[in-house]
Amino acid sequence: MSTAVYILVMAGVTYIIRMIPFTFFKKKIKSQFVKSFLQYIPYAVLSAMTIPAIFYSTGNITSAIVGTLIAIVLAFFDLPLIVVALSASLASYIAGIFL
Amino acid sequence: MKSDFLHGMSHGIPIALGYLSVSFGFGITAVRSGLSVFEASAISALNLTSAGQAAGIDIIASGGTILEMILVQITINIRYSLMALSLSQKLDKKFTTGHRLLASYGITDEIFALCSAQSGYIVPAYMYGMILISAIGWVSGTFLGGYAGQLLPESISSAMGILLYGMFLAIIIPPSRKQKSVLCVVITSAVLSVICKYLVKFISSGFSVIICAVISAVLGALLFPVKEEEQE
Repeated sequence: MSTAVYILVMAGVTYIIRMIPFTFFKKKIKSQFVKSFLQYIPYAVLSAMTIPAIFYSTGNITSAIVGTLIAIVLAFFDLPLIVVALSASLASYIAGIFL
Repeated sequence: MKSDFLHGMSHGIPIALGYLSVSFGFGITAVRSGLSVFEASAISALNLTSAGQAAGIDIIASGGTILEMILVQITINIRYSLMALSLSQKLDKKFTTGHRLLASYGITDEIFALCSAQSGYIVPAYMYGMILISAIGWVSGTFLGGYAGQLLPESISSAMGILLYGMFLAIIIPPSRKQKSVLCVVITSAVLSVICKYLVKFISSGFSVIICAVISAVLGALLFPVKEEEQE
């Protein structure tokens, strides 16, 4: 399969998901179940994508665990996304030096 | 009209800076997965989303099917439908169908959050300004990351592989701390994901994300239905 096909399919699906409700949908969703599901799905997706993949993200499980712990602590204290992300990376880098 | 555009751009600067560094990590990851710098940049320019792109390059790298790509993108990006829906109630009369078709390209978590926080209705120029500067940050970060991934020492580029995941944690942890329901959904999904990875190895990573996320979000919706007043 050509990479271009994947990329175009990916872009098309992502666009349509945003475009249809933005352009055409005027009513509000009433089902409490659907509303609840839609509220939880982003967190569920990100969680499944992050665990356990984050432990393999630096090529070394120990440095990745150090970075993950730093990210968890900083995120727990509500620091901005970018601070959490960069600190996790810096922590992994520093851990990597000592490994 | 012009000032609305500049206004949107200035509001978008923090988003652009955040995107620049996170997409740097995406660029590195994408090139490591075997994509060219151009392909990685094209993905960023066409999608303007983090989680969907990260899952997308996994599927490309593992030679997944097109159906898998479609289902994964729908599952991961379905939240944008809700945001688009919510934002559609806040649009100024100037937002004709043409403007809506164009601006819907740029509905991301951060742009949605900033637009929602504005008082009153949103005009197209404002949203275009914000989208433009954010997209510039996102695409140039990807491009630079794709190149630097090859130029930087291995120790640095490896450490940057964690950037995107760090951002994901920063998105899911604060609401998990505040709401038991979100915490339960997040933990259920993580546990299922670990089970899929180590015990049910025949499931590809993309489908694993869908299965884990849908099961845990359905459980969350059944056990902790969101009350009206909690809706934004």
